[in-house]
Amino acid sequence: MIRLLALLILFAAPLRAEEVVAGLSQNRIAITASFSGSDILVFGAVKRETPAPEGPLQVIITLQGPPLEVTVRRKDKVAGIWVNTDAVRVSRSPSFYAIAATAPLREVLSETEDLRHAVSIPRAIRAVGSGLEDAGVFTDALIRIRTEEGSFTLDEAGVELAEGTLFRTRFVLPANLTEGAYTTRILLTRGGQVVDSHEATIDVRKVGLERWLFALSREQPLIYGLLSLVLAVAAGWSASAVFRYIRN
Amino acid sequence: MPMQIYLPIAEVSVNALVLFGLGGIVGLLSGMFGVGGGFLITPLLFFIGVPPTVAVATGANQVVASSVSGVLAHIRRRTVDFRMGWVLLFGGLIGSALGIWVFNILSALGQIDLTVQLSYVLFLGFVGLLMFQESLRSILRARQPARKITRRHQHLLVHRLPLKMKFRTSGLYISVIPPILVGMLVGVLAAIMGVGGGFIMVPAMIYLLGMPTKVVIGTSLFQIIFVTAFTTVMHAVTNQSVDMMLALLLILGGVVGAQFGTQIGAKLKAEQLRILLALLVLGVCALLALDLLWRPSELYSISVEGRA
Repeated sequence: MIRLLALLILFAAPLRAEEVVAGLSQNRIAITASFSGSDILVFGAVKRETPAPEGPLQVIITLQGPPLEVTVRRKDKVAGIWVNTDAVRVSRSPSFYAIAATAPLREVLSETEDLRHAVSIPRAIRAVGSGLEDAGVFTDALIRIRTEEGSFTLDEAGVELAEGTLFRTRFVLPANLTEGAYTTRILLTRGGQVVDSHEATIDVRKVGLERWLFALSREQPLIYGLLSLVLAVAAGWSASAVFRYIRN
Repeated sequence: MPMQIYLPIAEVSVNALVLFGLGGIVGLLSGMFGVGGGFLITPLLFFIGVPPTVAVATGANQVVASSVSGVLAHIRRRTVDFRMGWVLLFGGLIGSALGIWVFNILSALGQIDLTVQLSYVLFLGFVGLLMFQESLRSILRARQPARKITRRHQHLLVHRLPLKMKFRTSGLYISVIPPILVGMLVGVLAAIMGVGGGFIMVPAMIYLLGMPTKVVIGTSLFQIIFVTAFTTVMHAVTNQSVDMMLALLLILGGVVGAQFGTQIGAKLKAEQLRILLALLVLGVCALLALDLLWRPSELYSISVEGRA
């Protein structure tokens, strides 16, 4: 990673006036049985060969979980009862998406740059053409629900920038994390244009008993199912035995 | 002390004590009434944030445990009619196969959720009202001893059919055709609605087969073990949605609850037991009906189809 970064700096140096040098407090998260969420600190500095250009420098930092394919359904009243009617498929919706920035997003990032880098929440979601006239309402609903449950967050004052050089932010990862590769992106902008960006990966994995159970359920489903039954029968029998012992 | 626990298959973190409590309540009802509690545990798990597929499959697994615990207590009191249990189970397995077939047809038509919910409301409402009215009448009758009429030999349809068999524990000498049909009906519904079927089985045994209430509970639990064991393995193999960690916590609460439930059940009179079950069934029915009739606070729902 460091070597790659060094290489990047070497090649990019003559082209870019400002570059990101960044670090993470941890690049892997282990999900154990007692896992109850985690903190990630993203920090770094802006490297310059020449004096800083005019205008304020802005920093946007995002953290994105593994993308999921989801269906958003809407209920309508049919013959007096509420039933699912229309549905829209979203081929790509991050399981977790957090944005932190030094200022409101629309001030620090132009519409075209947002489109190119897929930064804002609506841009990070990709819906499948549904033929419904109001398909946009469905993606709005997806964002609303995910924001309410804390899976999507936007903190427009979440990045601290000191002396136009040092920056840091803290992301709080909830306890109900989906396993997989989480990517963090750091974007430097000036006047709404991205001047440099940097990406790093955080590996979120189940470990120990969690890993073993999950793997068994996928690789040996029949054995897993039978094991669940053995567990159930043994627990039922021993509870009965214990209670009989207590009463006698 | 943090009691949060991360569930490996459901991929959510939940409070262990909450799960233990949920399991306990369902186990208590299971031991008291002979219902597996599948119709309660699934919506409750859904409520605390467990995905529906995991809730259905893991609920079935927990019902196996509480039924085993309950049935052992009943066996010691000799209130399990094994012969009747096997006959019902025979019908039940045929019914299950039929039910899975119907389920697939309905899924292809795209309205399985609605069908499940509607059949819940209809069956729970019908069964609940029937039981409530009957048990209320027998309680009122018991209060007026002067007018008490004992009908020892009720000649139901079950006495006129061929292939008669002696069910000694139940004190019945009836044709095997009605129990097989009852088993089949419950099997079909169990497969479609994803439950053990105790709440239909119990009233059916009392009112259609004329079995004594005390025997009904143990016998119902006995056959629920097999139906839910089958369901658990099927879900584990096809959907990989059984969460063993979740099941373990629910089971710990459930087996304890089932033992207490059996003791409470033994102290209550048969009519009281029936009226309580009727109220429980009607309560769940009312909640589900409201859910269909009331405007939901959130009209949109998200279901995860897989990794993108």
